[in-house]
Amino acid sequence: MILEKLILATIIFGISLFIAMYATYLERKVAAWLQDRVGPDRAGPYGLLQPLADGAKMFLKEDFIPTNADKWLFIMGPGIAMFTALMTSAIIPWGTDLVLFGRTIALQVADFNIGILYIMGVLSIGVYGIMIGGWASNNKYSLFGAIRASSQMISYELAMGITVITIVMMTGSLSLRDITNAQHGMNWNVFYQPLAFIVFLICSLAELNRAPFDMAECESELIGGYHTEYGSMKLGFYLFAEYISMFISSAIISILFFGGYNFPGMDAFSGNVLAILGVAALFMKIVFFIFVIMWIRWTLPRFRYDQLMHLGWKSLIPISLINMLITGLVIAFKNGWFNS
Amino acid sequence: MSIDLIIYLLGGLTIGSALMVIISKHPVRSVLYLILTFFLISANYIMLNAQFVAIVNIIVYAGAIMVLFLFVLMLLNLSKENEPKTSLLVKVSALISGSLLLLVLLAVFKDASFLSIENEVSNPNHGLVQNLGKLLFTKYVLPFEVSSILFIAAMVGAVLLAKRDKNIIE
Amino acid sequence: MTNSSYSDYFPILIQAGVALGFVLAVLWVTHFLGPRLKSKVKNSNWECGIESDGNARFPVSIRYFMAAILFVLFDVEVIFFYPYAVNFKELELEGLYAVILFVAFFLTGFFYVLKKGALEWEK
Repeated sequence: MILEKLILATIIFGISLFIAMYATYLERKVAAWLQDRVGPDRAGPYGLLQPLADGAKMFLKEDFIPTNADKWLFIMGPGIAMFTALMTSAIIPWGTDLVLFGRTIALQVADFNIGILYIMGVLSIGVYGIMIGGWASNNKYSLFGAIRASSQMISYELAMGITVITIVMMTGSLSLRDITNAQHGMNWNVFYQPLAFIVFLICSLAELNRAPFDMAECESELIGGYHTEYGSMKLGFYLFAEYISMFISSAIISILFFGGYNFPGMDAFSGNVLAILGVAALFMKIVFFIFVIMWIRWTLPRFRYDQLMHLGWKSLIPISLINMLITGLVIAFKNGWFNS
Repeated sequence: MSIDLIIYLLGGLTIGSALMVIISKHPVRSVLYLILTFFLISANYIMLNAQFVAIVNIIVYAGAIMVLFLFVLMLLNLSKENEPKTSLLVKVSALISGSLLLLVLLAVFKDASFLSIENEVSNPNHGLVQNLGKLLFTKYVLPFEVSSILFIAAMVGAVLLAKRDKNIIE
Repeated sequence: MTNSSYSDYFPILIQAGVALGFVLAVLWVTHFLGPRLKSKVKNSNWECGIESDGNARFPVSIRYFMAAILFVLFDVEVIFFYPYAVNFKELELEGLYAVILFVAFFLTGFFYVLKKGALEWEK
């Protein structure tokens, strides 16, 4: 049992790393495509070995620590960022149960009944990696990057939490597997909650510190933002953590709004075939959302910081609250609570 | 591994990291130990099957209040020169009030009986979200609404304090 | 899932072990790889190439603190909705009225904060 979970956790960890690596490649290819360039094409066929070359380069760079930085916190910052990014994948249901050698294996490392709250918890811890790293660098630009990032992340967490509540109201469970199973076939939440989906997508972009909300690392104002002083694999951890989070956010968007491993016509299959097709369907959705996030990055210009905070506090929070109330009232009408 | 052993281990770790909060000299490190302590407390909650409280402890304390603490610590001037000097009088009075609190706690624990606690947790599923929500919105709905008024009071306080200091900062 | 116990959470420990192992191993390995050159100028902070003036320990605008304080307050209120949302369909109208009242208080506080300009960033 424990061994099984260990193997599953390691496999998912490997897949996360692999997807994150190729997301860096995809990002550059998408950017090139949108800007009518070629993109990386030197390392291997179509530049497919580029991520490996980048990784090797990161490993072989100097492990640099500025003199007046707080040494241990400086090392801890990227460590925490990477650790929290890797922790979220634990509760994502990747597919229906798989039967191997007569054993039923749930394609989920941990299934417990506060699943979605666990994600919110890990998300709220993710702020520390950036904050500690930015502060420990003892660089003014890093500090501003860190303050901006953490302020932005906590602000958007609120609206995100409220949109998740609307989904929970429809399902009646906090477990991600229950939420997925409630969207059987084509019964996806996005058709009932389009507004919640849009709010959630915007919040995810802000939580990821991705463009158009990447004020934390805007090179025109802050050099490199919170990771200005970092080099070697510590910088690699920050960049990698962002791509892993991007992968996990895409997975969560797919599960909350686009049915997770459900796909139309799934009733025709059963057993292992269904499990494998379900995993494939989920990964197609994930790759699509990774692409959407990149598409947004290379299309929209960066927001100004005050615009960002106003959008988060003054628009998204009231919108998601009102959306929640409307959801409650509509379900109340549908179930005829007002008639009695 | 028996459950008792895990619980004792967790309890020991929790107390240890809580002690580190006080012992460590650097305020930012103290806060980091405090975050660790909150995680260990959450683990204790999970051992008691109080899952919702455990995760709320992480979201609210470790994820929100500690961010505020770190903000205040990191962004205030924390260099050695302008550290406030504590006079002897303050130290002595802190010692006296601390020992008084210890006395009170000792007196309370001496008379406390642990049997009544076991009756309370007789239902192991008390801490689950479903049961907690049902209780909160039926039996305890009035305190729930009153708490929202408390939040408004806190907001008013925060806004007023910030307004007063605005002239200094800008 | 109506029944649940602490044993559901052991896989999280396993995941944490795998993640922590990876992070520590990589940080340890990169410490030994790569060149190591030290000089006073090179090891100082990079601030656009201008010699850095003082250190980065200074107070910043109170708006960031305001956002953090208000976040703590609103976050607790948002957390209160979760136990409601799980029981939403069983509590029926009684619960709905209670939550509408709660949301009304929430919005009162929220618009008070907006009105007072605590979240104004330009100026």
